Formats: sequence, structure tokens, C-alpha cells
Amino acid sequence: MTLQTETTDQQSAAHGFDNDNRQAATIGDAARDYLNRLRGGDMGSLPAILGLVVLFVVFSSLHDRFLTTYNMANLVVQAGSICVLAMGLVFVLLLGEIDLSAGVAGGASATITALVMIDHGWTWWTAALAGIAIGALIGLAIGSLVTLLGIPSFVVTLAFFLALQAVPLKLIGSGGSLRFDDEVLRGLSIKNVPVTAGWIAAVVIVLGFAAVQLFQYRTRATRGLVHKPLALVLVQVGVLAAIVLGLTALLSANRAPNPDIFTIAGIPWVAPVVIALLLFWTFVLTRTRFGRHLYAVGGNAEAARRAGINVTRIKITAFVIASSMAAISGLLAASYTGKVSPGSGGGNVLLYAVGAAVIGGTSLFGGRGRAIDAVVGGLVIATIPNGLGLLNQASYINFLVTGGVLLLAASVDAVSRRRRSAAGV
Amino acid sequence: MTQPLLELRGVNKSFGAVHVLHDVDFAVYPGQVTALVGDNGAGKSTLVKIIAGIYGRDSGDYVFEGETVAVHGPRDVAALGVEVVYQDLALCDNLDIVENMFLGREETRGIGLDEVAMEARARETLASLSVRTVKSVRQSVSSLSGGQRQTVAIAKAVLWNSKIVLLDEPTAALGVAQTRQVLDLVRRLADRGLGVVLISHNMTDVFEVADRITALYLGRVAADVPAKDLTHSQVVELITAGRSGDLGITNVATATI
Repeated sequence: MTLQTETTDQQSAAHGFDNDNRQAATIGDAARDYLNRLRGGDMGSLPAILGLVVLFVVFSSLHDRFLTTYNMANLVVQAGSICVLAMGLVFVLLLGEIDLSAGVAGGASATITALVMIDHGWTWWTAALAGIAIGALIGLAIGSLVTLLGIPSFVVTLAFFLALQAVPLKLIGSGGSLRFDDEVLRGLSIKNVPVTAGWIAAVVIVLGFAAVQLFQYRTRATRGLVHKPLALVLVQVGVLAAIVLGLTALLSANRAPNPDIFTIAGIPWVAPVVIALLLFWTFVLTRTRFGRHLYAVGGNAEAARRAGINVTRIKITAFVIASSMAAISGLLAASYTGKVSPGSGGGNVLLYAVGAAVIGGTSLFGGRGRAIDAVVGGLVIATIPNGLGLLNQASYINFLVTGGVLLLAASVDAVSRRRRSAAGV
Repeated sequence: MTQPLLELRGVNKSFGAVHVLHDVDFAVYPGQVTALVGDNGAGKSTLVKIIAGIYGRDSGDYVFEGETVAVHGPRDVAALGVEVVYQDLALCDNLDIVENMFLGREETRGIGLDEVAMEARARETLASLSVRTVKSVRQSVSSLSGGQRQTVAIAKAVLWNSKIVLLDEPTAALGVAQTRQVLDLVRRLADRGLGVVLISHNMTDVFEVADRITALYLGRVAADVPAKDLTHSQVVELITAGRSGDLGITNVATATI
């Protein structure tokens, strides 16, 4: 009798997840699941990728130099600072907060870096660290005001947006600018990774991604846990390999306007910086307790608090990360232009970055977003001024288009959110 | 009778001038479902929050497994093995079932999360509770029905080998079939030897799963008796009037605050 009950128990345990095996078993199922998710409003980076395609088609048909490798490399460098700024913003957006001061925080940090290098002869890396530390301090101040005093982040960061613009203006003086010509820091934008090293890095990234994916597949499949079908894993690895190796090939070709006289080839140094930050923050967001808690606080702060998570600390850390990333972004922007001026980081820089994060699939309502969203979205946003610049459009067009894109991205977010809650995905 | 897992003895609690609990004795036995019933304002929520360690006591003892323990906060209570499933469930919609079950107590390997171990343990727990309504443990909680959410919240509570689970109105927002699922689950918890406290307004639910019924009336314990010795109408009388026949508070007049 006992034996019998035991067998039934085991059976019911085995049957407990009968449906669980309905997870995508073939690539066709996976495709159908994906379509269902799309229909349910879970779009991920799809709007950004579509936007990128549209922009590329429009600009390349309007201007024949748009698709040249020279311009593509230029685009990568231009996108760098936007991607980094947006990546930082993802952390506060995940909490459903906003940091309007991130752009000017980057400008202020870059000013400090440039000043200590020029006036005090600091080495590039101590100067850069000083700039990033200033960014972290700004984030600490914002985070503390938001969490400890309970002022809405919109108001706190608006105040910082206004006040921080005074820092470069005071230190540099109206109409002036600081040169930003350090060999290494300026080199991030104007120098390239040696072609061989670039290829090695590309292959390592592809192999590393494949190894991680296959290892994960094997452990999950052998332990009978939820896993993607092998075919899907292979397709994903293939797509990544195509993108990474394709871009490497593109950037490794000689792209000089006069190929007979100069050679300009290799991946711009900005790209490895952005990729390293992307990998690091993706790991933090998806594989660490801090990342998990960040999503939890963004999804339901009260539930997180009851689960014993220190919500205040998570929020302050998110603001510190956002402002530190803003500082790095400010350094990249200075590296691109070769100078820091009182207007650095002002204007539409921040809205570009918010637009990048949101169009990449990060929700303005909190709890949803990835580091890669910022990079994909950043490429889209960077394409706009790049293409418009080639077309010699008046700068008012640039503002109109950026505003339109931001509004469009926010609408997509709002609509997909409504569909999600209707579909319950 | 077996020794209670948890016992509150002579607990008093006031908020300012309002005396909410008067000398309340409350016991939870292993393997039994104790229903805590009472009208709005009878002190049920206050009592639960005292058990959960959210409120302190003005006087009275907190006795766990026969020993008086000092409870200073929710963490002490969780360390004893007492888990509370609140009415609003406290789940994160944007996380999946596994992530929610381990929220705040994630298992790690090195500096990273040990997703494999967590998923395996979550499945084990759900299977041991004979939960078979969820499609996948990697489903996001926002896609679950009310009953399934309740199930996840309860599974989260028992994941930690807890000894006592307090359920605050677990069926309040559920339909008939889902209520059925949750009540079955409550019964299975008790059958596993856990002490279960069920706070409910629904007499049908109470009589279906409860072994003991503790009725509160204006902050006093009106009765603490086996469910089988009571009828439906007696419980209603205890809740609304504080007494029923020879059961209940002897002098209801003095019981008013």
C-alpha cells in the first residue's frame, strides 16, 4: 500500500510540470513563441532594429556617402558616448526614475578631467578617474536626495541639470574651451585597434558567447530545466558571429578617402570600451544579486522591501552608476570633439540618451530593460545627426527629428505596456 | 494534545489610547490549520503583525516550540521558520516564478547567481505541493491568474522549510476553481506537518480546511475550539456578538473598549 502511494506521488510529481515541457522544443515553436510575445506587446529591441533599418534605407538613398565604411566608422565613434550615457540611464529607468542631469554631469566631469590634466599635469588615467569620481559623487547626492528626502527624481535632477551647467561655465569661462588632446583619451576616438588585434578580439567574443550558450544549454538540458531548443542557440550564435565578424571585416578595410596615400583601418578604440561596459553591466544586471534586486525594486518596491532588500541602497547605487557612466560618456564625447566647452553635455544630449534607452526597449515605467537596449538604441539615435549632418540640414531639423523620435519611442513603450497588461505576458 | 509550535500568552497591544488586544492567547499546532476569524477591527491584522514581528507587544510572551523567544523584528521571525503570506502577495510582476520565490534570498555561486540550483529547488517545491497549474517556472508572474499567484506566494513561504505559514485572506479575490486549488494547497501544507494559520472571512472556507477556530471579538479571544465542535451559526455569533451559548466571553458588556 505504501509502495503504491509512493508511486502515485512520484507520478504526480513528474506530471506536475507536464505542461512545462510545452516550452519551445523546435525552432518553429520558438518562432511562434516570439510572435506571441510580440503580439502581447513584449517588443524588446525590435522597434530599434526596425528604426535602424528605416534610417539606413532613407539616408543611403538620400546621400551616397552615408553607407561608406568611413562614415560607418564615424557613426560608431559618434554613437559611443550616447550608448554609454544611455546604459547608465537604464539603471535609473529600471527603477521607474529619471536622471535629467546625466548629460551635464558628464560635461562637468569632463571639465574636471581636462582641467587637472592641463593645469596640474595629471596622467590621463588619474584624471579620468577623478572625472568619474566626480560623477559618482553627483550620483550619490542625487540618490540621497531622492531616497532620503523623498523628492521626486524628476525635480532633483532638473535642479542638478540647471546647477551643474554652472560648473564648466565657471571653470572654463563663457565662450572658452579646454583642449582635450591627451594621447590616450583623444585616441579613443581618433585611433583604431590594430587590425590583427581586432580580429582576435572579435573571434574571442564569438567563441566566448558560443561557449557560454552551449554550456548553459547542456547543464539545463541534462538537469531537465527550462531551456531553449538547440537549433535556436545555434541560430543565435550564428547571428552574433555574423554581426561581430561582419562589422570587424567592415572596419578592418582601409577606409581612407584617399586609399593610395593613407591607410585608416581597424576598429575605433571607442568600440571595445563600449563593448566591455556592455558585457560588464549585462553580467551585473542578469547574473548578480544586485541586478536581480534592481529589477525587483523597479517591479514592486514594496515586495522587494518585504523580501528584505535594502531599497534605499539599491536606489542610491543606481543613481551613482548612472552618473558615473555619464562621466565616462562625457569623456568619450570630449574625446570625439577634442575639447570641452561650457555647453558640453547640455542641449539635447540627455534626451538623445533617454531616447536611445527607450527606443532600445527599456521601459520608462520601470522594471524592464537591458544594457544592450542602450547600445542598439544608441546606434539608432546616433544615426539621426550623422545622416542629417551629411545632408547639410539646418540644425532646427535635428531638434525636430530628435523630439519626434523620443515621443515615438515613449509611445511605443506606453502602447506595448498596455498590451502587455491586457495580454498578461 | 501535542505541544503547540507557536504560542502567544497574554498579549496586550495598544496604539495610543486604543487598546487593540486584551490578554490574547493564541496557539498554532503542527499539522493543523488554525483559522483566525473575527469582524473588521477585531484585531486579526494586529495579531498577525505581532506574530510576524512587524509590531512589538506591550506585554505577553512569544513562545516558540516551548521556549520563550525574544522577537525584535520580521527577520527574527523568519529565522524561527515563520512565514507570512500577505493579502497583496508581494510578488514582482516583472520577475518570473523562480526569481520571485528566491527574492531577497538568492543562491549564489561565486559572485554570480546560481540559476540552475534555484530553478531545480523551485520545481521541487512546487512539485512537492502538487502544483500543476503553472505552465513553466520561468513564466513571468504577470501572466499568472490570481490562484496561481497565491500558489506561488505560498510556495515561496514553504521553500525555506518553514514551520508555520500565516495566510492572510488567501481566497478573498479568487473564483470558485481557484479557491479550490488554494484550499487544497492549504490542506497539503498542514498534512506535511506545518502549522498553518488561515485568516478568513469566508466561513465555508474555514469549515472546509480548519482544524481549530480561534475567534476574536473586540480584541479578546472569544473562543478557541476544534472546528468540529462548532457550527456555522455558532462561529457567526462568536464573531458578531462575542458569545454563543456557553461559549465565548462571559460578560460581553465589559468587553467593550
